[in-house]
Amino acid sequence: MTQSVVVQVGQCGNQVGCRFWDLALREHAAVNKKGIYDEALSSFFRNIDTRSGDNGPDIYKGKICSLKARALLIDMEEGVVNEILQGPLRDVFDSKQLITDVSGSGNNWAVGHKIYGCQYRESIVEKLRKTAEHCDCLQCFFVIHSMGGGTGSGLGTFVLNLLEEEFPEVYRFVTSVYPSGEDDVITSPYNSVLAMKELNEHADCVLPVENESLFEIVNKIHQMINSGKLGSTVKPNSLVTSSAGSAKTLQEKPFDAMNNIVANLLLNLTSSARFEGSLNMDLNEISMNLVPFPRLHYLVSSLTPLYTLADVNVPSRRLDQMFSDAFSRDHQLIQADPKHSLYLACALLVRGNVQVSDLRRNIERLKPSLHFVSWNQEGWKTGLCSVPPVGHSHSLLALANNTCVKPTFIELKDRFMKLYKKKAHLHHYLQIDGMDQSCFSEAISSLSDLIEEYNELDATKGGPRIDPSRLKIAV
Amino acid sequence: MSIVTVQLGQCGNQVGHEVFSALCRDIRGTHGLCSKKENESYQDSCKERFFCEEESAVPVARAVLVDMEPKVISQTLSMAARSGHWKYNSHSHFCQKQGSGNNWANGFSVHGPRHKEAIMNLVQREAEKCDRLGGFFTIMSMAGGTGSGLGAFVTQCLRDAFPTSFLLNHVIWPYGTGEVIVQNYNSVLTLSHLYHSADALLVHENDVIHKICAQLMNIKQISFRDVNQVIAHQLGSVLQPTHTAGGGPGYSRNPLGDLLEALVPHPEFRMLGLRNIPQMPENSLAYSSFSWPGLIKHLRQMLIANAQMEEGIDWQVRPPQPGSCMAPTNKPLHFNTSIANLVILRGKDVHGVDLGSFQDPSLYTSWLNPQDAFTAWKTPRAFNKYEKSAALVSNSQFLLKPLDSIVGKAWNMFASKAYLHQYTKFGIQEEEFLDCFTTLEQVISSYTNL
Repeated sequence: MTQSVVVQVGQCGNQVGCRFWDLALREHAAVNKKGIYDEALSSFFRNIDTRSGDNGPDIYKGKICSLKARALLIDMEEGVVNEILQGPLRDVFDSKQLITDVSGSGNNWAVGHKIYGCQYRESIVEKLRKTAEHCDCLQCFFVIHSMGGGTGSGLGTFVLNLLEEEFPEVYRFVTSVYPSGEDDVITSPYNSVLAMKELNEHADCVLPVENESLFEIVNKIHQMINSGKLGSTVKPNSLVTSSAGSAKTLQEKPFDAMNNIVANLLLNLTSSARFEGSLNMDLNEISMNLVPFPRLHYLVSSLTPLYTLADVNVPSRRLDQMFSDAFSRDHQLIQADPKHSLYLACALLVRGNVQVSDLRRNIERLKPSLHFVSWNQEGWKTGLCSVPPVGHSHSLLALANNTCVKPTFIELKDRFMKLYKKKAHLHHYLQIDGMDQSCFSEAISSLSDLIEEYNELDATKGGPRIDPSRLKIAV
Repeated sequence: MSIVTVQLGQCGNQVGHEVFSALCRDIRGTHGLCSKKENESYQDSCKERFFCEEESAVPVARAVLVDMEPKVISQTLSMAARSGHWKYNSHSHFCQKQGSGNNWANGFSVHGPRHKEAIMNLVQREAEKCDRLGGFFTIMSMAGGTGSGLGAFVTQCLRDAFPTSFLLNHVIWPYGTGEVIVQNYNSVLTLSHLYHSADALLVHENDVIHKICAQLMNIKQISFRDVNQVIAHQLGSVLQPTHTAGGGPGYSRNPLGDLLEALVPHPEFRMLGLRNIPQMPENSLAYSSFSWPGLIKHLRQMLIANAQMEEGIDWQVRPPQPGSCMAPTNKPLHFNTSIANLVILRGKDVHGVDLGSFQDPSLYTSWLNPQDAFTAWKTPRAFNKYEKSAALVSNSQFLLKPLDSIVGKAWNMFASKAYLHQYTKFGIQEEEFLDCFTTLEQVISSYTNL
C-alpha cells in the first residue's frame, strides 16, 4: 500500500484542501468501523501517539490514536491557514507542516514563483523531506492550487518544480482551478499562462477545474432540492457538494459547496488505490493509461451521481443512467465538449456494487456516440472498487484525455495576448528579479505548441481510417 | 507427480484461488458416481498433485502467490483460509507496495530483476516439498503490468532454473473492448516472450467466458468472480486426474508431460485453446441428462467451426473432402484446422465412448500422422457434479483471429508511437517492440498456413 501527500498552495488550494481532508475523514469513518489504523487510512494519514505531545512517534498498527494528515499547507497570507488551524480540523494538521507569510503575492505569478520561491525553497524542501520520511512507500504528490492568482499559481508551480527535482520517482498529480473569462483578477491570464508552462513540463497529470462548472453543478443541486418533486427527498450526505456528517457543522462558506466537488474528485480518484475491488486501478495506472504523449496530460473529469434519492433501490436502468450522466456536460468539472471532440483515452473508475457486466454493457452502449482517435479505438481503462462513497451505493468517476481542452487553452491564450500586446501590467512582473520578456515569450510558446499538438490530433478526426500495413513475414 | 502453481498479479491470484477452490470442492464432493475405490484413488491423486498435507488439518495448496501490491494477496489468503477446507501456506507469497502501473516494462525490467531471488526462493521451497516435481503451472493475465511483465520474467527464470521441468502458462486474454488502454502492447510483449520460454500457452479469453456466463449460466449481473469460477471449472476439467490411454490401471502420474506430448509436437505451435461442455447453472444440473454421442458430436463441431460455446454452433461448416488437393487457401472458409487435439471425458459409462470422429484425418494438418494428432483421456469419476463432461484442449486455429486482432491493434498504436515513452522510461526500446511483433507475425503466419 502506498502513501500520498497533499500539497495545498494559496487561498484556493488551501480551501479546497481543507474540504478534502474533512471529507476524507468522513469517508474513512464510514468504512472503518473498528477504529483500527489500517492500510487504507495510512495512504493519507499518519497515526501519532500523542501521549508524549505532538511530536510523538508514529503508530503503524492497532487502534487509531491521533490522525495527522500527510499534507503541506503553503500560503503567503495567513488568513486562510489560520482559519483552518482554529477550525474543527486543527488537530489533523501538524503545526510543523505549514509555511506562511503575511503579505501575500499580490496576484503576481512572479512574486510567488521567483521571490517567495527563492525565499522559502529550503524550508519547503525540508518539510517535504520530513513528510516523505514518514511514508513507507510514497507514490504520489497531489498539488492543489489555482492558476489565476499569485501564490497558488506562482509558488504552487515552483513547488511542482521542486517536487520533480527532489522526488523524481514520485508521481505529481495537479488539481488546477482555471480562471473564468469574467475573473476579477485582471492579470489572471498572465499568471495562468506562466503557470501552464510549468504544468506542461513538470506535472504527470493535470486535472483542470473551472469555477463556472462547479457553480452550475451547485445550482443544479439546489434546483433539485427545491423543486420539491413528490416523493423524492435527497439524502443529505449524498450530495457531492455537501459537508454533512463531516467535522464542519455551522458556518458553511460560499465556496464550500463548490470545493466539496473537487474534494470528492480526489477521493474517488484515489479510492481504488486505498480500498479493495475486483479490478484495482492505482494512481500509476492512471498516469500510464491516460497519457499517450508526455505533454498531453490534461484530463477532463466528471463525477456522478451528484446526489442520491433517499427512497430508492437501484434498478439497472438507474445504473446505466449514471454512465450516461458521466458523459454529459452537466457533470463535468470544466466547460468543454468531449462528445464532439476526439478522445485519446478514457478511464472509468466505478465504486460500489457494480460488476464487470454492467461496465461492459455501458461501454458498448456509449461507444458509438464517442469519437476515439484511430490508434486507440478501444481506449478504455476500467476500475472496479467495492467500497462506495458516503451516502451512495455506487458512483462513477470518468477521466478523459480529450482534445476538447483545446478551446479552453485557446481562450486563455487569447486573453493573454490581449493584455500582452498592449504590455498592460507587464512592469509589475518584469521588475521582479529573475523575470524578463523571455519568460513570457517562452510561456506563450509552450502553450502554443501544446495547442498545436491537439490540433494535429484533431485533424485526424473523421478522416478515412487507414491502418498502417503490417509486417510481412517470408513464408 | 506434483505441480507447483505460480499465481501472478491480480488476475492470476484471483483465478488461482478459484482453481484451488474448485479442485478442493470437487474432491470433497459426492462419490463422483463411481466406485469407492476409484473415488479414493482420484482424491489421492488430486491431493498429491495440487496439495500438500503438512501438519495442518486442511490441505495446503502447492502455490506461490506473487503481486506487486498487497491488497489482492491478502484478500486471497484470507478467503482461502476462511473456507475451512483448504488454505495457502502463509509464507508462500511475495508482494510489494507500489504495483506495476499496467506497465509491462516496469514488471519485466524493474520488478523482475529486483525481486528475482526472493520469488525463486519461494518457488524452490515449494518444489522441494514435492516428492516428484511434475512441472509448473503459471496463471497470469497479459493486459496488466505485473501478471504480464513480471510473469514473463518469472517464466524465463523458471525455464533457466528448471530446464528439464514442464512449464505450462495459463494466460487470460482481456476483453476486446478494453480493460486497460495499453493492453495490446502488454499482450504483444507478453506472448512473444512466453513463446520463447514456456512449453505451451493455455488461453482463456474474457469475452468468451463472459458469453458463457451470460448465455449458458444465465447470470444477470456478471462479476469477475463469476468469470473466474467458469475459468476454474474449465481448468479443473483438464487438470484433475485421468487415466491416459494405455497408461495402466492407475491415474496418470505425469499430467503436464502427457499434455505437452499430446499437443505440442512442433515448437512453432504452442497456443492451446480450451472448450468444455456441458456448462450450465448448478440448479439445472438435476434436470438435464446427456448422452456421450451427443456430447462428442457437439464438441467436434465446436472444434471444426471454432465455436466458443455450445450455443450458436455453426453446423454448416464441414471439413474439407478427403482426397482433394488441399492448399491452405482452398480449404473451406471458417474451417478450423488442428495440429493436435486432446479430449478428456469424465463420468458415467465413459469407457465405451466412440471417439473415431476425432480421428478423422481431414480435421488435421497434413504433416502430422492423424494417429499421433489425437489423444483421449478418460475417467469414470464425474467432475464437479456433472454426470458427464467432455473437455477439449486444442492446438488449432482457435486463437488465430483473436491473436491477429490484438497484434493489429497494437501495431496500429505502435505506428503512432503513442504511449511508447512510458515503456522506454523503463528500458524497453522500440527495437524490442519490433522483435516482439516479428515473433508474433511469424506465429500468425504459421497458424494461417495450416
